[in-house]
Amino acid sequence: MAFIPHTQDDIDAMLKSIGINELEQIFDEIPASIPVAKLDSIPASMNEQELLIHANLLAKKNKAATCFMGAGSYDHHIPAAIWDIATRGEFLTSYTPYQAEVSQGTLQVLYEFQSMLSELFGLDVANASLYDGATALAEAILMARRIQKNHQGKSVLIPHMLHPHYKHVLETVLFEQHIQFIEMPFNTEMGITDHLKLNQLNIDNIFAVCMVQPNFLGLLEDVNTITNWAAENQIISIACVNPSSLGLLCPPGQWGQHGVDIACAEGQPFGVPMSSGGPFLGFICCKKQHVRQMPGRIVGKTVDTEQKPGFVLTLQAREQHIRRGKATSNICTNQGLNVVAATLYMSMLGPQGLEQLSSACYQNTHFLAQELAKIPGVKIKYHGHYFHEVIIQFENHFDQLINFFDKTNILPGLILEHYLPEQKNCLLICATEKRTFEEIEQYLKCVKQALLENYNVAQTCQLGV
Amino acid sequence: MTNTNKNLRFTKSHEWVNTDVSPMTIGITDHAQHLLGDIVFIELPKLHTHVEAGQEIGVLESVKAAADYYAPVSGTITEINEVVLSQPELINQDPYHTGWICKITPDQSASTDSLLSEESYQHHIAE
Repeated sequence: MAFIPHTQDDIDAMLKSIGINELEQIFDEIPASIPVAKLDSIPASMNEQELLIHANLLAKKNKAATCFMGAGSYDHHIPAAIWDIATRGEFLTSYTPYQAEVSQGTLQVLYEFQSMLSELFGLDVANASLYDGATALAEAILMARRIQKNHQGKSVLIPHMLHPHYKHVLETVLFEQHIQFIEMPFNTEMGITDHLKLNQLNIDNIFAVCMVQPNFLGLLEDVNTITNWAAENQIISIACVNPSSLGLLCPPGQWGQHGVDIACAEGQPFGVPMSSGGPFLGFICCKKQHVRQMPGRIVGKTVDTEQKPGFVLTLQAREQHIRRGKATSNICTNQGLNVVAATLYMSMLGPQGLEQLSSACYQNTHFLAQELAKIPGVKIKYHGHYFHEVIIQFENHFDQLINFFDKTNILPGLILEHYLPEQKNCLLICATEKRTFEEIEQYLKCVKQALLENYNVAQTCQLGV
Repeated sequence: MTNTNKNLRFTKSHEWVNTDVSPMTIGITDHAQHLLGDIVFIELPKLHTHVEAGQEIGVLESVKAAADYYAPVSGTITEINEVVLSQPELINQDPYHTGWICKITPDQSASTDSLLSEESYQHHIAE
């Protein structure tokens, strides 16, 4: 497909044909009263060499570290083949696949992606991806609103321990939709939703309920009970899960008696580097009965005029270029390259590999947590089940511990108080399958040294990366 | 127009309604199905809900477009044609008979005065 720029002759001919002399005249109809953004604060342009120097200086600020931090973005091993394949020109430069006759490769990858995701989540349909986990959750709520268009309620239940970043995104995306958020009752002792108190809620105003599994504290919620409660009360149930956990945990399509209506996830753990926070990708799946309310692209398999199989974008009557103001999808894109990576990741691991991955994450984090809890003054804060993240509370010398780790090349975890002020002296720690036994031993050694001995010994705790 | 029944009344938004029976049967016109092309999906209104004349009650989706359809009279949805859920092509093939969409029991106060006669509707679509 050729993209040939207009020559001055072309532009002149077009201007003449619509009867104006200057290109700027096209914009005359924009009222002068509309404010014009000032671009003064944007620095001057750089040439290629200057830009490379600048980018290299920025890149040098990054420290290589052994990562025990998670909280929404996870350090997993990415098989080398994934980005070797995903960055092939055919994937890297391919444009939007609306023109099926020149996009069969891209469309087939998207179709395979959707098929694998549906199987993984235990639901009927998946779309071709959204921007990230947080926007996927916002879209799931908008979708529930459309499914429940005859419902009088304007409120959606969210877990108290939803990721704070996700809460911000929901507020940003849904603020103009006049959707209110109500936090579910929270059991402070257990660190999870208090499902026993759900029946005390006035449900008349509630059209959907969101669950996160695991929650922001890494703990496993009683999602079966909440899903059943939602179904009994004609409330749409939405799951937001960590896909790495699905090798061990029950898929959202099997929660409760009938499964959830909609499930979404942050797809970053599947083959996408943490890379300072993005770009990531969002997963969303649903029951077939809700597919016409699903946003985004959906690829379908069909046959051409010669009865040969092929792939096309389907159910396009949902989308804004056809339904205009009444569209149920106003997202006409997807995360193309990260989808290729996630598809390759799933195909390389397979069901058995995913199970091994989940188990290794589970075992590493549990081993680390149990060993930490043997150190005096250190404890696992909550007693419930957790997957690959855990809250460790330090009775004393927390600042000393953090200062100690600052001098090592270990990221010890998320300081929880920065997000949840009531959670003093706590780290949210994650040890994925990528953390070796030696790295975990090193972590434990650092904690012991920082807490038990004179804390000026950081240099003895350097860890090769 | 073919297949029409002189008892039918019409809306400018291309629904027909049989006002001679109770509950009143409702569908979309032959002209509407022709404009839409091959219909592949229909969303039916919910049974037992009350609707106002002119209110959107469902969606039709064809291979090239999607369109809402509206209640011609105020009343309660008392029957829906579940056959068209699995065979939406009936709306193309036989819009005035097997391709009917739903039945509405009109309110006592419901007015049919603003509905068009077949002649007026033909005039409307010819414009």
